[in-house]
Amino acid sequence: MLTLLGVAVVVVGFLVRLNPLLVIAASALVTGLAAGLDPLAILAAFGKAFNDSRYVSVIWLVLPVIGLLERYGLQDRARMLIARLRGVTVGRLLLAYFAARQVSASLGLTSLGGHPQMVRPLIAPMAEAAAEKEFGELPEQARLRIRANAAAVDNIALFFGEDVFIAIGSILLIKGFLQQSGVNVQPFELSVWAIPTALLAFLIHGARLVLLDRGLKKTAAPGEADR
Amino acid sequence: MITLEAVYVVAGLAFAGFALLSVRDRSNKRRFGNAAFWGLLAASFLFGSYLGDVANGALVLALVVLAGLGALGIGKPHTSTPEERRESARARGNWLFGPALIVPATALFGTLFLKNAHLGGVPLLDSKQVTLISLAAGAVLALGAAIAWLKPPLLAPLQEGRRLIDTIGWAAILPQMLASLGAVFALSGVGKAVGEIATRYLPLDRPYEAVLAYCIGMAAFTAIMGNAFAAFPVMTAAIGLPLIVHQFHGNPAIMAAIGMLSGFCGTLTTPMAANFNVVPAALLELPDRNGVIKVQLPTAGLMLTGNTILMYCLVFRF
Repeated sequence: MLTLLGVAVVVVGFLVRLNPLLVIAASALVTGLAAGLDPLAILAAFGKAFNDSRYVSVIWLVLPVIGLLERYGLQDRARMLIARLRGVTVGRLLLAYFAARQVSASLGLTSLGGHPQMVRPLIAPMAEAAAEKEFGELPEQARLRIRANAAAVDNIALFFGEDVFIAIGSILLIKGFLQQSGVNVQPFELSVWAIPTALLAFLIHGARLVLLDRGLKKTAAPGEADR
Repeated sequence: MITLEAVYVVAGLAFAGFALLSVRDRSNKRRFGNAAFWGLLAASFLFGSYLGDVANGALVLALVVLAGLGALGIGKPHTSTPEERRESARARGNWLFGPALIVPATALFGTLFLKNAHLGGVPLLDSKQVTLISLAAGAVLALGAAIAWLKPPLLAPLQEGRRLIDTIGWAAILPQMLASLGAVFALSGVGKAVGEIATRYLPLDRPYEAVLAYCIGMAAFTAIMGNAFAAFPVMTAAIGLPLIVHQFHGNPAIMAAIGMLSGFCGTLTTPMAANFNVVPAALLELPDRNGVIKVQLPTAGLMLTGNTILMYCLVFRF
């Protein structure tokens, strides 16, 4: 039970807003000590795990090309593209991205999105442009809200789309774990039963995006209320 | 054969470039902090495989100390003005999207077609890492195409990359740190302890109680660990298999599929899932680190409710 102290360290550390890297290091130390490891063994275990997890940070290789394209106006071009389309709103644009992301993820194409490659250079500026087109100059609060929503759409569409594909990591993990426990299921069955949740996610978040348009109308267009 | 090691060398060189350019950036009062941070990360990518576990641990500790002391500033490399950007966007048109689309297109092509490709009898790519290697290759190809077309100043790609990585700051290694913490948790048996508590203190005598405990447990444990993959084996071994499947005769495929998706609801709510929730906030320059999580909370709550009801309605019927 003592090993759970490390979990407590994480929860408290995040709540009091210490630097998360410090919190993680402290939690690893506490957890290791509680499990009876000596400090040097903990350091070695953490060092090995960090080294083995380098693939997680490989995504930053896209930054030079994204930054370079931004220098030559990528985000501005994304804005101009939206400004020319008729009938685009923030909610409709994000809903279209949600559908595209969810469908492509359900076909196993999870790398066709993501925050550094798609959301920062393209989706977020497009969403802001859609709002500017409708309301003119945006208050800072509305701008931040739109950006946060662009990031959230990428996550939610990915999470509730990818499991419909039979060869995605989580499906393989489920199959492997159940097999070890003596229960045989086919990846196909697992992915079929991910479909009801995928549809539900589209309905729930789609409805919230429609409501987002209404909410923005109230907050982003203060002039409307004066009239 | 091209393995992840080659990708690490390329990434290491990029981080080394960020570090060297940071040293020269007098606009940043903490430039030596930035240089040390990206320099250490470069060392980890370039030499990590040869360093040994304790040395790698010491390297991580140094990164943590730098971040904890607030040693990183934000560099301001010379870049184009907003007017120049609009002008360039007008002149170059939609071709600007081209290089950006090379990245996912290459990742897609590699994943679909190069998985089992051979060159002179040797596999071309490490087949377990095809997507990551293709993604990295896509980034390099896209950069090459952009340089050939736009003819930027020599150091511009690295400077622009540094501009972006500095806005992310130490959060850039948060996902990797959390993955490592997960390994230490696993080594110390944290998952088992949580599973014991769940089964000892929760009422689990009826089918709906087991479903409720399993779905909410998956979400809560995922929120704590930051990863549904860590929560799934624990909660499924503690509640899913023994109760829902064996005792109440539920369908294991439905239990597992919707159980995992309940875990994903937890992922949407937690700063521990840094690459989905915290890093985007930094990338989009939101002042509130939890800005993305706050938007996701209502959807996460509704989806968890929906998943629980779906599981209860489906798992005992098929």
